[in-house]
Amino acid sequence: MAPAVKPRIKLDKKEARKGDIVEVKALVAHVMENGQRKDAQGQTIPRKILNKFTCTVAGKPVFQADFEPAVSANPYIQFKFRAAESGPVVLTWTDDDGSTIVGEETITVS
Amino acid sequence: MRQLSRREVLATGAGVLAVAALGIETAQAANNAQDLIKTFTGGKAATDGKVKLDLPEIAENGNTVPMTVTVESPMTDASHVLEVLIVADGNPNGGVVTFHFTPASGVAEANTRIRLAQTQNIIAVAKMNDGSFFTTVKQVKVTIGGCGG
Repeated sequence: MAPAVKPRIKLDKKEARKGDIVEVKALVAHVMENGQRKDAQGQTIPRKILNKFTCTVAGKPVFQADFEPAVSANPYIQFKFRAAESGPVVLTWTDDDGSTIVGEETITVS
Repeated sequence: MRQLSRREVLATGAGVLAVAALGIETAQAANNAQDLIKTFTGGKAATDGKVKLDLPEIAENGNTVPMTVTVESPMTDASHVLEVLIVADGNPNGGVVTFHFTPASGVAEANTRIRLAQTQNIIAVAKMNDGSFFTTVKQVKVTIGGCGG
């Protein structure tokens, strides 16, 4: 199981006008084991990655990504969205084992 | 059976070696990258342009290569980018990442860090909401591979 990790999330502005483009940067600690590496005994270390990332703003999906093993450890993601209404910005990462890592920020739209 | 001459034996041997070498060559160059693109586009041809891949020309450490992909699009309900598929043709697996955009994205741009096993081409294919596809390719030279071998 993934230990309780707290993702680091940064919005370039917390208050935006309607229609403004807001940039989100997020970093989460995870090994992203790619299933190619061998341990000291020559056994393949099984794959364990975060395979899905979603972002919703005020409950509406704005951005998603499907990760493959080719995404680096401690995956970093940066994307943008158009401010439409105030609400929580929820970022969710899904692990291969089904567990999720969730982070939240708030955006205020005037 | 006729005895094979020394010359014939050597020639056959060289031929076998050449075939074996070719086999290894293609096995290395072709992972499932092209198949992934085919599945993604449904066999349709993607046009060059609109998509921009921002990657370093030379990546010293293949473990973490910053990559930005941008697609030219107004990102309105009428015209927007649906998905962008990124594949690498020299990694053990071709798939790298797929970004899904919505009109609420505002700008079709995303950045992440990727692993590259060796010097290779990164291919981005964007799927628009009108069913058209755009693509671009960028080569990255990798000094230290990033797949842990």
